[in-house]
Amino acid sequence: MQRQLTEIVWFVVTIAFTFLGLLAITFFIGRVVPIDPVLSVVGDRATPAVYEAARTAMGLDRPLPIQFISYVGDVLTGNFGKSVSTGRPVIEDLSRVFPATLEMATLGILIGVALGVPMGVVAASRQGSWVDQVIRVIGLLGYSVPAFWLGLVGLAIFYARLRWVGGPGRIDIYFDGLVPPVTGVLLIDSLISGDIDIFWNAVNHLILPAAVLGFFSLAYIARMTRSFMLDQLNQEYVTTARVKGVPERLVVWRHAFNPIRVPLITVIGLSYAGLLEGSVMIETIFSWPGIGNYLTVALLNADMNAVLGATLVIGAVFICINKLSDVLYRVLDPRAR
Amino acid sequence: MSSPLLDVQNLRVSFPSPKGPVEVVKGISFTLGRERLGIVGESGSGKSMTGRSILKLIRSPGKVTADRMTFDGIDLLSQSEKQMRAIRGARISMVMQDPKFSLNPVMTVGEQIAEALVTHAKLPRREINDRVLSMLEAVRINDPARVAKLYPHEVSGGMGQRVMIAMMLIPEPDLLIADEPTSALDVSVQAQVLDIIDDLVVTKGMGLILISHDLNLVSHYCDRILVMNSGQVVEECIASELSQAKHPYTRGLLAAMPRIDETRDELPVLDRTAWAGT
Repeated sequence: MQRQLTEIVWFVVTIAFTFLGLLAITFFIGRVVPIDPVLSVVGDRATPAVYEAARTAMGLDRPLPIQFISYVGDVLTGNFGKSVSTGRPVIEDLSRVFPATLEMATLGILIGVALGVPMGVVAASRQGSWVDQVIRVIGLLGYSVPAFWLGLVGLAIFYARLRWVGGPGRIDIYFDGLVPPVTGVLLIDSLISGDIDIFWNAVNHLILPAAVLGFFSLAYIARMTRSFMLDQLNQEYVTTARVKGVPERLVVWRHAFNPIRVPLITVIGLSYAGLLEGSVMIETIFSWPGIGNYLTVALLNADMNAVLGATLVIGAVFICINKLSDVLYRVLDPRAR
Repeated sequence: MSSPLLDVQNLRVSFPSPKGPVEVVKGISFTLGRERLGIVGESGSGKSMTGRSILKLIRSPGKVTADRMTFDGIDLLSQSEKQMRAIRGARISMVMQDPKFSLNPVMTVGEQIAEALVTHAKLPRREINDRVLSMLEAVRINDPARVAKLYPHEVSGGMGQRVMIAMMLIPEPDLLIADEPTSALDVSVQAQVLDIIDDLVVTKGMGLILISHDLNLVSHYCDRILVMNSGQVVEECIASELSQAKHPYTRGLLAAMPRIDETRDELPVLDRTAWAGT
């Protein structure tokens, strides 16, 4: 009991410190880059007096450490400052764009795991067979096909020609803004408000970009699963299982697959975090109002508050996913307990 | 002795290589009753491959051929993979070398022992538990209920190997192959583990193939000995008559063994030209 308590406290402390480090890095990078946030507010024709006034008002005349402390204080109270390009508080923008990315990335990773893991396992257990070759070619395609091309071709076939899926955007224009945002995730919000039509419309729009993202993570996950499994199938304890007369299906799934769940979690976690960063290509092609798009636009407009806010969110996602996989390790691997 | 438990004639195991197939077992023959047979030889002599080919566990691209390989009247060569699975564990079992690698790290030892039983017989859960515990007791584990819940990394090497023996003997096979069962263990627990194997094999009237590189150990625990060198049996003798071995390879090995009342300054080295061409 005492030990568990210490562990939980330690866990929270490490998260806090990692987060503080993240804050420090984003903050100082934001101050070091040759972008003048004052100029992006007042414009490049402002008089020096106006410029100075704005600079003082933004608190940029104070020493860096003081600025950092007040920045940390702001972030902790949920104040990320105002975005220059949208004119709204950054936190408001983020709570709008991040759920859009979250929705797409989550469905994408689910597709990637649901297909990629079994594909990798099957490929490894039949190494060299035609099944293995087909899966390896699919994996290779996932590595070499550009995302924008696959997105465009997908739209051309499934939206423009076959009309099976919705077009770009999260939802048809006449449904836009009808659902009160609760979580920001349209699939959940539409269910909360009980509007099934809007739910299916959102699914229709989501399925293609999520499938494209899913294909890329599938390629990576299948490839890693295959190589982990090949390594496992050569282990002595897999031979032990065969000596016992255990059926091949159980040899593969119980004896070879169970031990690789831990490294697989790392792979899946990193892959998911990568998707949550927002794929700028996919978000652009599908006009998806996600965090990747938001961050790119903010960067192009020298909108430093928005850039820092978005970077922070992405960093926080990485921290959370890492910590989550640490917890899962302990559940799945008796040696780590 | 009526029909033997295991009859192997002209067994060959080969692996393809860029220079054509390489034979690692070159036509060995032996028969085995319900007795203890030792196979000795140096690393790479083909002794482990012999053990694995009896279970048909040589993975492709390895190839096993033989004029005859029958077990209790069953022609092993013509058995399908599915038929082999019914034989493995249940009728022929194998104790592997190093418990550190041969036990599954994410299953408790109790689960792994139970699996060997459940694979071949549908039994009520309670009976499975009871049999796992009594099997652990049979391999002289003191607190079986506690040990059954441990993971392999939580038990010592000697205990791990006793778990391995329990796992391989719980379905009560007729033939046990022990492939270097003690070479990964401390000398102090080697004898203990071998005594357990010996005891169980003798009381249950099973056949045993003990594969080892240790001449002393094999001559102590076996009735008959096959000496293998580069894929061939070079000598077959009764264990107690090992000291009268005739083949120069066996003689060389015997001569190279130090004795407790040793007076020689230097141990002789194997003269490999002595049996070249045999």
